[in-house]
Amino acid sequence: MKPTMRKFAPTILIIGVFVFWELFCLLAGISELVLPRPTRILAAFFEYAPAIMPHAWQTLYTTLVGFSFGVMIGLSLGVLIGSSKLAYDTAYPLLVGISSIPKVAVVPILVLWFGAGTVPAILTAMIICIFPIVVNVSTGIATVEPELEDVMRSLKAKRWEMLWNVGLPRSMPYFFASLKVAITLSFVGSVIAETVASNKGVGNMMLIASSSFNVPLVFAGLMILAVMGITLYAIFSVVERRMVGWALRKQ
Amino acid sequence: MSMARFVELENVGVTFGQGPEQTEALQPTSLTVERGDFLAFVGPSGCGKSTILKLVSELLRPTTGNIFFGGRELGAKPVRVGMAFQSASLLPWMSVRDNVMLPLKIVPPFKSGFRSKKNGEYRDRADALLAQVGLEDFADKSPWQLSGGMMQRANLCRALIHDPDILLLDEPFGALDQFTREELWQTLQDLWIDRKSTVMLVTHDLREAAYLANRICVMSPRPGRIIDDRQVSFARPRPIDLTFDPDFVTLVQDLRGLIVHAPNVKKVDAT
Ligand SMILES: Nc1ncnc2c1ncn2[C@@H]1O[C@H](COP(=O)(O)OP(=O)(O)OP(=O)(O)O)[C@@H](O)[C@H]1O
Ligand SMILES: [Mg+2]
Repeated sequence: MKPTMRKFAPTILIIGVFVFWELFCLLAGISELVLPRPTRILAAFFEYAPAIMPHAWQTLYTTLVGFSFGVMIGLSLGVLIGSSKLAYDTAYPLLVGISSIPKVAVVPILVLWFGAGTVPAILTAMIICIFPIVVNVSTGIATVEPELEDVMRSLKAKRWEMLWNVGLPRSMPYFFASLKVAITLSFVGSVIAETVASNKGVGNMMLIASSSFNVPLVFAGLMILAVMGITLYAIFSVVERRMVGWALRKQ
Repeated sequence: MSMARFVELENVGVTFGQGPEQTEALQPTSLTVERGDFLAFVGPSGCGKSTILKLVSELLRPTTGNIFFGGRELGAKPVRVGMAFQSASLLPWMSVRDNVMLPLKIVPPFKSGFRSKKNGEYRDRADALLAQVGLEDFADKSPWQLSGGMMQRANLCRALIHDPDILLLDEPFGALDQFTREELWQTLQDLWIDRKSTVMLVTHDLREAAYLANRICVMSPRPGRIIDDRQVSFARPRPIDLTFDPDFVTLVQDLRGLIVHAPNVKKVDAT
């Protein structure tokens, strides 16, 4: 494939999918109540934009707040667990256990504790994104080459010097890679919580729209979620390339 | 060259693990290394060569016996060690120069002045060392832009930048092709002649040991012990053609015979 072709291939695929979708609905005569056409969804989005935007901001806000807390906690836990074999062995089973609980199941408990609304959504967004960050950061730190560790130890490097000069920088590519996954997961978390227990946010809006059979609006909600998700993913990809380009250029 | 006893191993033995899982890696061994000497360890795989280097660098504590450094017990006073392994393990997020300067950031007394001197004195020091091994044009490059041989040159610089009391090299050229390896022998010899560092080199390559070392210790199969300890007195600087000299070839053949026919203590016990 030619380089220019390669660059535009993803865009062409996305457009292709939408065109196919549009044509398929038109030709097969699929009801709007089942699967609206992309053009209808777009129209619905503009039609309801004033109603959608506050919900979108709410979802973005809860996601970002939850995500920020998640990153702080995930990074600290990852550093702690990755830099000590004992902590790694002790805490890992518990983390795996917690992470395997479906997060939807946690929302009712959070509602019980904090009431319906923004707080459970933030907490769900936070909890759901901690695990991948912890796993990635701790792996990055724990897998420092034994030779390098011996070189550092023979220099009588203290633990924190080892961590600061080798472990942390080395785990950064893992960290930034996990951020891309974590931000999308955070969206999943906040939307789930909004759907189950909130009167605000895109999740809640979609729930109400679907109960009144406003299917184009439901899909318009999906669309805004996709757009926000992709935008944040793209932002973190750029940040990743800026911060840890050395890891990508290495052959 | 002063003949002071520099490193002394006194009946030092190492056993890994406990109970039935126990493996004796090193039989009680005594060894004295003089300041400024260049010592090479050769022997079959698993005989405890790396173990000896780890003992001297305090990465490992002996199970039995004592180690002395400059007359004092190891650990009493910090010993400055430079280490290099087969894999160069340079940090990919730093330039070659910053990699070389890494020990200055960690080892006293250099570390206290690191912030203020890293763009001045320390930088010049790293550049001078890099120039000595022929890497002057690569100081600003990233490690992944270097060939394997160049990485090992940088690795040697990193092991030497902080003027170590002792340089410990564990098969540093093991992964290089023959020509590159011989080039690096010469580089290492030049560095040693220039600095008169005390060097302990572990290698599988008997020619490498014979070319570089002043003294060669041959070890038996595991559990290792020193079965032969000999001086190598070819004049310095040794040209690479020395490796075709009949005396050199005889020495290498002798060493080979010692390793191939070394008594295996475990087998003797079993019969
Ligand atoms: N951490 C460890 N735990 C248990 N056994 C070990 C450990 N490290 C080394 N050994 C054993 O001690 C013996 C000596 O190991 P060492 O690494 O010193 O060998 P070596 O002479 O350097 O071998 P090679 O030439 O293959 O590098 C080996 O038989 C090895 O199995
Ligand atoms: Mg070894």
